[in-house]
Amino acid sequence: MSYLLEIKNLVKKYKEVVAVDDISFSIRQGICFGLIGPNGAGKTTTIEMVEDIIPPTSGEILYKGKPRSSLFKQEVGIQFQQTNLLSSLTLRETLNTFRSLYNDPADIEEIIDICNLRDIQKRMNDRISGGQKQRLMLALAMINKPELLFLDEPSTGLDPQARRNLWSIVQKIKERGNTIILTTHYMEEAQRLCDEIAIMDNGRIIALGTPDQLIKEHCEGVTVILPRNSIKIPLSSLPFRFREINGRIEIRTNDINSCLNKLLSENADLTEMVVRSPNLENVFLNLTGKQLRE
Amino acid sequence: MSFKRLWAMLHARNLEFFRDRSALGWNFLFPFLVIAGFGIIFGGKDYSEYKVGVFPSQSEIVSMKEIDLPSGFKETRLIKFIGFISFEDGAERLKHHKIDFLVKAGSPSHEYWVSDTSPKGYIVEKLFKASLFPENKNIAEKMEIKGSEIRYIDWLFPGILAMNMMFSALWGVGYVVVRYRKTGVLKRLNATPLTAFEYLSAQILSRIFILMFTLAAVWIGCSFFFTFRVEGSYFDLFLIFLTGSVCLSAYGLVIAARGTSEEFTSGVVNFITWPMMFLSEVWFSLEGSPRWVKLIANLFPLTHMLSAVRKVMNDGARLADVTTELTVLILMTALSIAVGAALFSWNK
Repeated sequence: MSYLLEIKNLVKKYKEVVAVDDISFSIRQGICFGLIGPNGAGKTTTIEMVEDIIPPTSGEILYKGKPRSSLFKQEVGIQFQQTNLLSSLTLRETLNTFRSLYNDPADIEEIIDICNLRDIQKRMNDRISGGQKQRLMLALAMINKPELLFLDEPSTGLDPQARRNLWSIVQKIKERGNTIILTTHYMEEAQRLCDEIAIMDNGRIIALGTPDQLIKEHCEGVTVILPRNSIKIPLSSLPFRFREINGRIEIRTNDINSCLNKLLSENADLTEMVVRSPNLENVFLNLTGKQLRE
Repeated sequence: MSFKRLWAMLHARNLEFFRDRSALGWNFLFPFLVIAGFGIIFGGKDYSEYKVGVFPSQSEIVSMKEIDLPSGFKETRLIKFIGFISFEDGAERLKHHKIDFLVKAGSPSHEYWVSDTSPKGYIVEKLFKASLFPENKNIAEKMEIKGSEIRYIDWLFPGILAMNMMFSALWGVGYVVVRYRKTGVLKRLNATPLTAFEYLSAQILSRIFILMFTLAAVWIGCSFFFTFRVEGSYFDLFLIFLTGSVCLSAYGLVIAARGTSEEFTSGVVNFITWPMMFLSEVWFSLEGSPRWVKLIANLFPLTHMLSAVRKVMNDGARLADVTTELTVLILMTALSIAVGAALFSWNK
């Protein structure tokens, strides 16, 4: 199988600190690949080495089967986690300035429409909200019709509405067939946007696969959550693994049918019952024993 | 090397400069105010160099007809006499160097007080003592300098313009690029095909355009209020200012090469600009200064630019007469660009 990007034994050391510790992965054309993990896991360092912003200590990065050439920057689009822009320019002028830096730029009107910037295109780029700025950054990353798009924590710091708005734009970009590498510590974002995921912790990749594969492989069953007072019998008589948290009972089970039948037979009130499927957060918890946001 | 990319960066930087109204206004207003201020101070008849306290006097304004002082001293130009009611009032001012000299009016023994640490006081003391003896016109023969006199404003004007260029170049290139590095703008640009050479060339060209534009605007603005004499060619002056602005912008490039701390960069720029301002003969001549001071002054591009500009403006020199200054400026430019480009980093 041919890959758009191949990362082999990548290492980044800062004096005594090993930020990225011998990681390898490959990315197929047209997919959205997610690097997920807590803050400090090494996601941004990894992505910036692949973007050719910082040099690796060792390892190999192949783009279209070859080491990256000067053409690499013509063919990739990058959205950094935190960055500023040239001041005193309007959004449209900023887009035009960046457009001039590429040999084969995109149509500016198309990019403005994809990223919902039409209404604010004449506004100064330092007079826009956080969500608008992220959309502008995404537009800049798209300005050269990139084959490969890097999005580093694109929705960090956004309110839920702005975040969902950004996700729908990324979905549209995915549908155009662009290959995307995305880092995030939002599991919902990863689960919603990514086709393949590498989970990172302490500079290493601890799991790799599709979201469904990872969940299936590293999590079992579902969690049934009930208010404590909905069960009339003594809890010790329940034939399940459970725990009591903040007035609620959380039951872990691999057989949801038997569990519900037992609860009904004991006249439990299921009105406020919630059944939660495992997610990537549980995968991370099971792999490392800690929460992603710790 | 892509001219399209270079032009995009140059255009963006120029837009940024011209849209920042406060910085733009200050760039034009500052040199104009300095020139206007000095023109008024040195061109006016009320200008005085020395302040002499006189007591007893009922008012601060001394009536020169009524006050009893040696006539030769009273008639000395550039001295301003300030009246005090009592000795105590005058002595207090003398102690704090608010006046240079204190004298008692009508004193038969010509009593005076002066601070031994005051250079101006020393000069006034000499003048005072000389005025007590009758003037012997045969001791020294006064000769006239042939040709037209170079007024102080004609000497100072190019200095102020060059100084403004220096501040604008070092802050406009050095400080701005460091700020862009700190805020991540450079990192964003590094993610594009833009090369360091293209980016830095755009910064320097943009600054040269801004410097020359400001120079022309201030010159034209000042010429509405003052008359400047230019003995040489305006074209030669333009070329010298252009070479100087390239050199000063390249100096800014060295400051811009590394670092992300605006405070540190501000310190470095001040460390360079202040000695350059005082030792490049912007305000006063270094004639008679120690050799080491002149050696340091020769390290500054401003010294060579000003020397060439004044030769053309005040003495009517041609380009051939200022080849030494131009050669030094070109060599300094080449060295600064080489060092700046070698040290330049996009990242923090």
